[in-house]
Formats: sequence, C-alpha cells, structure tokens
Amino acid sequence: MKLLALDSSGLVASVAVVWDEILSGEFTIDHKITHSQTLLPMLEELAKRIELDLETLDAIAVAGGPGSFTGLRIGSATAKGLALALEKPLIQIPTVDALAYNLWGHRDIICPLMDARRNQTYTGLYRFCSGRMETLKEQCAVDIGAIVDEINKRREAVVFLGDGVPVFQHYIEEHLLGPCTFAPPHLSRQRAGAVAALAVEYYKEGKMMDSASFKPEYLRLSQAERERMEKEHAKDQENAGG
Amino acid sequence: MNDPKDIKILAIETSCDETAAAVVVNGRDVRSNIISSQIALHTLYGGVVPEIASRKHIEKIDQVITEALKQAEMTLDDIDVIGVTYGPGLVGALLVGVAEAKAISYAKHIPLIGVHHIEGHISANYIENKELEPPFLCLIVSGGHTHLVKVNGYGRYEILGRTVDDAAGEAFDKVARAIGLGYPGGPKIEQVSKEGNPAAIHFPRAHVTGESYNFSFSGMKSAVLNYLNSCQMKGVEIIQADVAASFQQAVIDVLTGNVRRALQETGIKKFAIAGGVASNGTLRKAVEEVCDSYGAEFYRPSPVFCTDNAAMIGAAAYYDYLAGARSGLDLNAVPNLKLGER
Repeated sequence: MKLLALDSSGLVASVAVVWDEILSGEFTIDHKITHSQTLLPMLEELAKRIELDLETLDAIAVAGGPGSFTGLRIGSATAKGLALALEKPLIQIPTVDALAYNLWGHRDIICPLMDARRNQTYTGLYRFCSGRMETLKEQCAVDIGAIVDEINKRREAVVFLGDGVPVFQHYIEEHLLGPCTFAPPHLSRQRAGAVAALAVEYYKEGKMMDSASFKPEYLRLSQAERERMEKEHAKDQENAGG
Repeated sequence: MNDPKDIKILAIETSCDETAAAVVVNGRDVRSNIISSQIALHTLYGGVVPEIASRKHIEKIDQVITEALKQAEMTLDDIDVIGVTYGPGLVGALLVGVAEAKAISYAKHIPLIGVHHIEGHISANYIENKELEPPFLCLIVSGGHTHLVKVNGYGRYEILGRTVDDAAGEAFDKVARAIGLGYPGGPKIEQVSKEGNPAAIHFPRAHVTGESYNFSFSGMKSAVLNYLNSCQMKGVEIIQADVAASFQQAVIDVLTGNVRRALQETGIKKFAIAGGVASNGTLRKAVEEVCDSYGAEFYRPSPVFCTDNAAMIGAAAYYDYLAGARSGLDLNAVPNLKLGER
C-alpha cells in the first residue's frame, strides 16, 4: 500500500509518502507562508528523490481541516486535482487528530493547540491506550479558557503542541492547575508524516471518498455568514421579546 | 474529428463567483463550457463574499472539470494544455483554480499556462468570430474592470484607458442596491430601465481630463445617491424605472464617448466589447451605432461568453501557448495582476 499525504493547514507546508508501513520520504518547511508556491514543487522534488510513480499510489490523504482557510484550500485543491487526474480516492484526516498523532504513545493527555485568532484555538484532547489513539474531546474551535477549564476538571498531566503554544503558553501557565509539558520542535507542528500514518489506519478501515465529494472541514462559518446569523438571531429575540 | 495536430485545452476559471471549466480546441472551437454560478448564494449578502466564493469553488471544482471533459467527449489523456486564470481577482478564489490546475498538470505531465482574466474576456471575441484578428479595439466592462484596450497582436495589449475609481459594473451594483433592486445590479437595472425614461433625470457624465481614455463612475453614483436623498427630504416619490434608465444612459454615454474618440483617433476599423456588462443590450446597441457611424466592424460575444467563463480562458491560453508561454508548478495567484504582465 502506498499513500501520499499533504498538510498545508497552518504555518507548515508538508508532504510525505508512506509505502507499506515505511515513511519513504517527508518534506516539511516552516518558513513564511507561501504554500501556493511551495507545496507542489516540494511534492515534485520528493517524488523525484524517492522515484515515486504517482500512478502506483493507492490513495491521497490531506489534512482536511480545521486550519487557515486559504491554507486548507491550497492543500484540498492540490489533493483534489491529484485525485481527479490519477483517479485515486481521497482520505480526509482531521488536522487536530493528525497533530495529536505526532505524539504517538505518549502517556499524558495530548492537547494540540492551533492558533485560530480572536483568542480561539482549534484543539481537542487525545490519549494513547495500547498503541491506539482515543479521542477524549473531538476537534473543535473554542476559547483557550474553555479547553484549559476542561483539562483542569480532569486533573491529569497534559502535553501541549501546535502553533498555538507560543500564543497561549502564558495563559496556560497562569491558569492550568495540573502538570504540563510542551512538545519539542521536531514534534510540535503539523507533519504530513503523521497525516500519512493516520491515513494508513483510515485506508485499512475503508474510510475514503471520491475527489468530487471532498471539502475541507473549517469548523467555523465565514465572517459574513456569522454576522448574518447574529443579526437574524437578534431579530428573533426582539420579536420574541416584543 | 480529433486531428492529432489540434491543440486541445482544458481551461479553468475561479477568479470571482463562477466556478468554470471548458475544453477549447485551437483557441476558437468550444467543445464544452461549464459554469457553476454562485449568484443565488451571494444575493443574500448583496454582493460577492470572498470567503463564501472560495468555499464554493473548492466544493464544485472537480464536478465542473469532470463535466467539461465529459461534454467534450474527452479525458485528461486527450488534453494538450491546461490554462488557468491566475489574476486579477479574489486571491482566495483564484488559489483554488491555480492549485487544482497545477496538480492536474503535474500528475498528467500536461503543460500549464497561467492566463490573465482580462485577456480571457478580450479573447472571448475569437470564439464566435472566426475571422477576427488583431489589431482591434476592445472595451472591457464588468463588475471589477473597465478598460479600453488596443489589441496590437495576440497577447499584445496597449491600455488606452481604465476607470480611475469604480468599475462600471460596480456602479450598477451600488445604484441597484440604493434603489432597492438588489444584487446583481447589472441585469436588474437593465430590466427595470425598459420601463423608464432615460432622459428623466440628468446625471453628470464625468470626463476625466487629459489625453487618456480613462473613465470615472463614482461621481455619477454619488449623484444618484444625492438625487435619492433630496427626493426623500422633499417627500417626492422616486420613480425607480426612471432613475435606473437615466443612470444606465449616463454610464453608456461615458463609455460610448471614449469609444467614439478611440475609433476616430486610432483609425482602427474593428471594435469589440467584452465582460459581464457587455451583455447589457442597451450598451451593445449604443456601441454598435457608434461603430456604424465610423464604418467599423462591431464584435460582441454572446452573453454566455461575456460573463466569467472558462472558454474565454481557453481561447487566450491557446495564443499564449503558441507564443511559447509556460507556467511552472510554483505559479501563484496574483490578485492585482496588470494586463500585459507575466
């Protein structure tokens, strides 16, 4: 089985290929956000280095959200274009799940934090149990306070990772009651290798889709939709009150 | 039917609110032209919302491409070139088409060409006028652009004039909103104008000073808004059809004023129009009359090739291809791309 994985959901652009449980190659860059210009040239370079014939791929996996809206779409359009052209199925991996998978086997609760701006984070809670990842809290967009409160209720050790760490570390250190650690640099950002490893599990379970029906999971409405709903909600309340 | 010497182009366009793909052979023979319009969705917001447009593009793009190939009775293995709009336009929207096109180009080893959106609009004229060749003059009027261009050769443009503020279509949208017609303004104003008197109200025709053929529409739009305000203050009833017709006439007078000057001063006997606003029947008729008076041939694409579509991108990509243009896998979206730049 051979899978290609892409992740451009955040600050990192990353591509990887797994072939029968071996990570044949991985290319990750965290330098300025120029995913549109770097993602495909990176894939081209990687494919050349590992002599990958794209036609031999079994599926294409992509970090399918949440994340930067534009970043998600660059990764998604690239994956969709490849899947359409090669007639291969797509595997949509939740971004936060893939981040947690970076810390496979860790004994503490794993809490990925992606900076979602406006004091919010894309996060979730995970734990490894006999080599399997359990989801304690599914990926979501919440205020940093909400996820810290939830961890405090559990009173267990937790390890944080993700591009939200530098943004929220100060808050965490002030408000977290239990012990915590922060992942080191080689594990702390999105990696297509983790997307690929998780995609192997999805592939075995048959969790795939065709390229036409694929769309990213933003976990958030656009600003215009949000404002329109708020306006309608306010109108409803006014009507109910009057 | 398929000559091996034919150049078969798959074209993709996602610069604004239409997700479009087309197959065009040798630049002028359109085998399919699929457009998935989002107008209904954006009507809720009174205009195009960039983030919503981008989200729709990513949902629709594969279906649209598949349908374009199917209607053309081709597969990607038949395609010689991929053309994609890379600017100008909404950056998030453009990126979807660009990333998709690059991925297909890479996976199938098909040469890629990034196409300028306005160059696409101009090239729409080649599709139904097999004999049209440069040099000719072209007026491009749409929601985002108002350009008067001298087409010196394929891919060689000289911009004679452009809007210094609002695009013509933008002015239509704003006035339509102000008189309660909603989005999209162009077709709605044209429809209502049929019942109105274009001479009922005189809105000022702004003439941009200097030698250029530049346009200005924001003053005219403000004049309409002022007129509406003063009517309201005086308690005078507003006749929507008269306001629409008078405004439309003012826009057309400004456009045709420069068309007349350009025909006279360049001596070129071929004139084309392009862009979404170019499907306005009153404008088409007015430009045709000016062309007739100068003995110039008048070219206008059918409405389906005036609106944003991918067939026009395929037409432009063909001539770029012949000129040797190729884009790499690092092609990026350029939201403010200027005409004639690469």
